[in-house]
Amino acid sequence: MIATAPPSTAESTRTAISRRPFLAVRDARKHYGAVQALRGVDFAIAPGEVVGLVGHNGAGKSTLMNVLAGTVQRTSGDFSVGETAIDAWSPHRAQGRGLRCVFQELSLCGNLTLAENTRVMHRALRGFGWRRRAGDAIRRTLDAIFPGHGIPVGARVADLPIGARQMAEIARAFSVTDEPVRCVILDEPTSALGHEAAEQLLAYIRKAASEGVACILITHRLDEIMAVCDRAVVMVDGQVTAERPIHGLTRAALVGLMGTIEAQHDRSREPTAAPSGAALVVDDPGRGPGDLPIRAMAGDIVGFAGLDGHGQRERLRALYAGGRRGPRPVAYVAGDRGTEGVFALWSIADNLTIRSLDSLRRGGFLSPKAEAELARTWAERLKVKAPSVDTPILSLSGGNQQKVLFARALASDAEVIFLDDPMRGVDVNTKQDVYRLIRSEAAKGRCFIWYTTELEELNNCERLYVFREGRAATMLSGAEIGPSRVLEASFGGGHD
Amino acid sequence: MSQRFFRLPSVRPSLAPWTYGFIVALAMWIATTAYAGLGSAGATVASALAFGAFSVVVGTGQMLVVASGPGNIDLSVPSVLTLAAYASMTVMHGSDGLILPGLAAALALGAGAGALNYLAITALRLPPIIATLAWSFVFQSLAFNFGGEATLKPPAALAGFTALQVGGLRVMPLAVMALTLVAALALRRTLFGRRLLATGQSERAADLAGVRVGRVRLLAYMLCGAAAALTGFLLSGFTGGAALNMGDAYLLESIAVVVLGGTSVAGGQANAVGIWGAALFFNLMGTMLNTFHLQAGVRFLLTGTLIILIVAIVPRPRAA
Amino acid sequence: MTDATTTDAVLAARRLGLARRPWLRDALGVGLPAVALAAMLAVIMHIRPTAMSYFGFTLLFKLATPLVFAALSQMLVITLGDIDLSNGSFVGLVTCVTALFLADAPVEALLLYVLAVAAYAAFGLLIHVQRLPSIIVTLGMSFIWLGLAVILLPSPGGAAPAWLNAFMNWRPPLLPLPIWIALLAALAGHLVVTHSSYGAVLRGAGANPRAVERAGWSLLGIRAAVYAAAGSLAVLSGLALTGLTTSGDANIAPSYTLLGVGAVILGGGSFTGGAVSPVGTVVGALTLSLAGSLLSFLQVPPTWQIGAQGVILFLVLAGRILVAEKTP
Repeated sequence: MIATAPPSTAESTRTAISRRPFLAVRDARKHYGAVQALRGVDFAIAPGEVVGLVGHNGAGKSTLMNVLAGTVQRTSGDFSVGETAIDAWSPHRAQGRGLRCVFQELSLCGNLTLAENTRVMHRALRGFGWRRRAGDAIRRTLDAIFPGHGIPVGARVADLPIGARQMAEIARAFSVTDEPVRCVILDEPTSALGHEAAEQLLAYIRKAASEGVACILITHRLDEIMAVCDRAVVMVDGQVTAERPIHGLTRAALVGLMGTIEAQHDRSREPTAAPSGAALVVDDPGRGPGDLPIRAMAGDIVGFAGLDGHGQRERLRALYAGGRRGPRPVAYVAGDRGTEGVFALWSIADNLTIRSLDSLRRGGFLSPKAEAELARTWAERLKVKAPSVDTPILSLSGGNQQKVLFARALASDAEVIFLDDPMRGVDVNTKQDVYRLIRSEAAKGRCFIWYTTELEELNNCERLYVFREGRAATMLSGAEIGPSRVLEASFGGGHD
Repeated sequence: MSQRFFRLPSVRPSLAPWTYGFIVALAMWIATTAYAGLGSAGATVASALAFGAFSVVVGTGQMLVVASGPGNIDLSVPSVLTLAAYASMTVMHGSDGLILPGLAAALALGAGAGALNYLAITALRLPPIIATLAWSFVFQSLAFNFGGEATLKPPAALAGFTALQVGGLRVMPLAVMALTLVAALALRRTLFGRRLLATGQSERAADLAGVRVGRVRLLAYMLCGAAAALTGFLLSGFTGGAALNMGDAYLLESIAVVVLGGTSVAGGQANAVGIWGAALFFNLMGTMLNTFHLQAGVRFLLTGTLIILIVAIVPRPRAA
Repeated sequence: MTDATTTDAVLAARRLGLARRPWLRDALGVGLPAVALAAMLAVIMHIRPTAMSYFGFTLLFKLATPLVFAALSQMLVITLGDIDLSNGSFVGLVTCVTALFLADAPVEALLLYVLAVAAYAAFGLLIHVQRLPSIIVTLGMSFIWLGLAVILLPSPGGAAPAWLNAFMNWRPPLLPLPIWIALLAALAGHLVVTHSSYGAVLRGAGANPRAVERAGWSLLGIRAAVYAAAGSLAVLSGLALTGLTTSGDANIAPSYTLLGVGAVILGGGSFTGGAVSPVGTVVGALTLSLAGSLLSFLQVPPTWQIGAQGVILFLVLAGRILVAEKTP
């Protein structure tokens, strides 16, 4: 019951925090059909504690968060909040207990204003004057977390830039009306925030913790874990494999616990000089001041880097659209598999051949034999794990679906291939296979334009454009390419 | 034919969606025959096939549009049908020698109407339901005004063809069955068919996979208009001339036969053969209820209930 | 302030015009059909100045009232991203029930209305639970309503209760009745859908159902409530129509389905869910019903009138695109 929960008043300084957990799961399991997303997880968090949850994509962090938040029902396992054992859990009940979430894909309604979105979360905001009270509540929290944010609370969310949306969503999770906030789960909250906003958030998390609010921070940015958490919990393959207090833990040790293979800098190919001569991809340079024209030639692997949502994808799309009008065949590998990549109703073969149908006609009709042959060849070359190419694409794992999308592009006649952050949520082995393939295809004269949010992938590129505020702001090539230079350029250090 | 595209986790023995129309149609035929006696069984089927053929032609066109993506639908079908019937009657002027020009005029008019529909959808960024509705108003007015002499009789050869029987079998339904097979083959084995289904599943994915989604949709709407026009051409031959309300029945029916035939309104999945099952179901139900001497209201009620029931129980392909 | 905070502030400032004033865009959405409406009125007044009178307006907008309610009913369903193809035949059914029972057996009539609204809600539940396409389920529903109506009243007939007739022909002070009703309906719609706290949840559920579900709301409940409300508005539409025509007819209103959709879209709504404007919808419904009168005034031959309505629909919607392109 709420009454038994520790008081979240001023007396609870960090040392005085009761270590009785606010929230605990034991042996939590979650299956999606045959896929085991959680295989028996024990997890607990005390009031006022900040726990960092780390692990690779697909390790089960988001599933655990959804189970805790009530948006996904666990398959089995014990769950308690305060002293009470919980049977059925729902977002509504979770909120009643003061549990809030910031989801990775933003959960604001774009057609509503910030104040209205705040109302959606708070049932108490109704009746006369609700709009004003909602506006006040969100403004207060925004001011507390991100002083100087400059976000109008009457603005429609769809009109706000992505960073402001993320700030708004975070502030909404911390906003208070009738029931106090007791625990906030944040999934990659800083992915679209700038440096200063991220710092502000981390400072606020510590402040909230000192007032008794528990926080679970899920992030790939280990420095943030090191800076703000009391404890780190490491997940691998749907299980918690390690739990360590941050005090006395080094970043390297944490990386070791995650089982990360540190990216090897196998720069297999010499960096090309600044581009000259006939380019396969030419971008119109007139996109305003400070915007570099994009150039790429046969055999090039050119990277697009920068913070998420700073115009990389838009530029990639524009180049692809331009390329389709041009004389050279192009292909595009989508990163957002679900909505832009796979054809959900189709088999592997149908998905793989759609880009190459022109060459599969025999006497005006598509030849099933030629199709199957092409599909088999490329499914084998990319080591797609499936009983046959007639298997429905959705029965494959995410990584294998992605391989089919790669195969679709590589099997085609495309000379220029656009990669739209395609390796998100893909396991390490798949990645290594695909990297090798990309390099060998480039060596055969194909040209790749590669947008990625994973810094280590940039090592495969010989030239990088770092995007900021919708413009290709910086070009790096060869040995200049390294995480620190890229980050510096992403945040525009020293430019304006 | 589309069943290999997906598996359902359910343990329910899943019959293919498109078979349901045939099953219900068969049940109705049996019920009618049981009531009215075996003697009428053949005639019942023959008439269902003859009338069903028109629904199938309209439905096949509508299927292409529906399959081209969620929200795509052509409400101008009835007015295009009527307008094309008048146009071809005017061109042919009752003369056997002008049948081919009449057919060509109808098809061209239908394809043009489809192109106009698609143009309004893209250029004005209108939802298809609104764009095709507004055009249908315009086409309807055109039919009112340029209907010409409403008393024009179809050429004897056309009327003869639509009623032609060889060895007791009507030829026209057979021709329409051939058309169905062509459509089924086109969906599976031609570039257009494959690209249409890709576009229907996900416009963005199709665009990124190199499909010119605009052209694909344009062609779908043009073919739909042409199919409606062809129906108008044949129907005016069958019924002895064009009439202003001849298309009205096909507005809702064309949508219903497509969906009951196993085509998904979510797009990307089409079934040409299933349309026959649904069309027979509609026509046999009419016959059955007439035989039972039930009034029109009951017929509507039953139609609606069956549409909802079939849609609710038929397993559908679903992206996870 | 540096970094992304600055970025955000700069970008926000760039979009200041609309970001800070979302109502401005709403006003533009409503403004367009309003301009079309005013233009049509101006043409009519120019041709026949006597029309600009209490009596003239009463005649011009006489048939608008039922369409306003039908359009608002459609709007609610469109808010959720669904579409209701059964709206018009449901109105037909209500006219039959009203003309048959309301005068002599008001209790039974009320019971039938409640049942019909409950059935609407039940179909909403079916659509939600089975995740069925609303377009097909409501297509089936339209046959069901039509069938029931034809069973009740095989040919047009019955009689509206005298009080209903009297009300629809009532001459209230200041403005003609249809205008009063349109104003009140627009105001009520605005208060409930655009302004109230539950309206915010409703519009949110149309645009991003997952987010609203994550915030602890039951989408099932929302859908059932919306369909029930849509059914209730359609009942009002049927009542108004019976009051005007004084009899019931199963086939009187099939055009309301699509005219209602047209009014919603004209009024700035879209099928993407959550993007609707009650005021715009009411203005759209008035525009569409006035279009008919305008064409008669312009002495457009009857055979061309329906086509001209299509053209008017295109013109106004094309204007919407122009406006949308002018505003970022």
